[in-house]
Amino acid sequence: MTLADLAAATVPASEAVLIDQGLAPDELEALLSGMRGRLAEMRDAIARGLVSDAKSRTGMVGWNAKTLWEAADDLQTPLLKRVQAYAMAVNEENARMGRIVAAPTAGSAGTVPGALIGVADHLGLADDALVRPLVLAAGIGEVISQTMFIAGSTGGCQAEIGSSAAMAAAAVTELLGGDAEASVHAAAMALMNTIGLVCDPVGGYVEVPCVSRNAFFAVHAVSSAQLALAGLRSVIPPDEVVQAMASVGRMLPPELRETGEGGIADTPTGRRIALELAR
Amino acid sequence: MSLLDVIGPVMVGPSSSHTAGACRLALLARHTLGTAPVEARFTLHGSFAKTARGHGTDLALVAGALGYAPDDSRIARAFDEAAHLGLDFGFDRADLGDVHPNSVRIDLSAVPGGAVPGGGVPGGTGALRTVRLLGSSLGGGLVKVFAVDDFRLEFSGASPTLLVRHRDTPGVLARVTRVIADDDVNVGTLYCARRRKGGEAMMSVECDRAISQAAADYLLHLSAIGWLRQIPAVMSAASDGAHIASATAEASR
Ligand code: SF4
Repeated sequence: MTLADLAAATVPASEAVLIDQGLAPDELEALLSGMRGRLAEMRDAIARGLVSDAKSRTGMVGWNAKTLWEAADDLQTPLLKRVQAYAMAVNEENARMGRIVAAPTAGSAGTVPGALIGVADHLGLADDALVRPLVLAAGIGEVISQTMFIAGSTGGCQAEIGSSAAMAAAAVTELLGGDAEASVHAAAMALMNTIGLVCDPVGGYVEVPCVSRNAFFAVHAVSSAQLALAGLRSVIPPDEVVQAMASVGRMLPPELRETGEGGIADTPTGRRIALELAR
Repeated sequence: MSLLDVIGPVMVGPSSSHTAGACRLALLARHTLGTAPVEARFTLHGSFAKTARGHGTDLALVAGALGYAPDDSRIARAFDEAAHLGLDFGFDRADLGDVHPNSVRIDLSAVPGGAVPGGGVPGGTGALRTVRLLGSSLGGGLVKVFAVDDFRLEFSGASPTLLVRHRDTPGVLARVTRVIADDDVNVGTLYCARRRKGGEAMMSVECDRAISQAAADYLLHLSAIGWLRQIPAVMSAASDGAHIASATAEASR
């Protein structure tokens, strides 16, 4: 299935994803109950992450989600704060070796729950409404994975958090009633504006910039959904956007693909921290 | 790729490729060995070598050797568990050649000081003395084993895998696949490698479900086959898949 096929569907995009899977009724029920289980695990990780300030193995992160969650909302944008806090809660749980749901990877695990569950809680929507959008998120990830391996070591962070943002953007769009075209274009716009994002974790740990990056790109996904729901579309067809990301991924030197030797990791302070942690 | 592999697996952090994938590769090595190892040596390549500690790859590999799945909360304290359970472990770095950046060579031994690759293949379905497995973590927790005891094979751990040690003789592949077919099991992939013509050989057969005990017994009865092992699926999403498969089988009865 291509994103063009998906965008052309006359049913909601998640429905088109399910039809494409060609599942028997019992297989469908197993998939949906699997997704409900994933949602429950995501919620659990958010709940643990929002109240914990236990430091990660390295001590670089561990208190960000709780600190933000308990801070005054000076901007008076509760959705923004909620989405950021949820996303970081999941990734800080990840960094302290807690249980999370890879979506599509562990480093990017906060983006989809941050955006999807954050928006749902902001609007007071029940978890039942989130199952289909989560199926769509998975469907978008599956299509991307047919073009490139979804791993920072292969395609940089654009492949991980870019993919998760695209998945989340589509899911939020469908949750808010967007049709298949709107959902797929939300994904494409999110991806288009993530291209080039390098993987540069300090010391090789999935903490800095990864934890805050999930907060930023969960918000990015919500922005993309907002544009798509208003009727904005990607000028470049969604499948071509994915191709572009894959080709940028191939151009990235190894230093910018999870080796912890470029970008933010390769700053004087990043290198010093890495050295201290390697001791 | 299943949709539950994309939103999933449920795992202990911090990295699906460096933590969950590493755990799965070591778990596959342990299943191949067929018993609890007392020694484990992990040779890390590429990105695995550079950021092993950072991603908890070291803890995850030891956890897999201990038989823990990627969602087991004990991964974070795998070194303590290993000390407690009497598993001696160590890490090396090496260039394993033109392989995926996240690759590892895993040597497990069931007896102290016995880490000679390929040494001592027992008959039947017995535990090996040692096993050497090479594999890569492809991202998102997906893995690929590409050599067992220096035989070039390939399997993913996403479905049950039959490993067979045999002698390279005419018709052995046909016999094995016929027994699997008679057991009404579908084959996903099949790889076969030999040391030399007419010599020791090994095959890996990824099946949609495990073959029955009777079929396994029959295979062992064939003169060209010395040893076999049924390796269970180690992917959480694929166990969802197995759940789907058995539900389908029940529904069609
Ligand atoms: S910077 Fe690298 S390790 Fe961190 S989330 Fe992005 S891809 Fe993953």
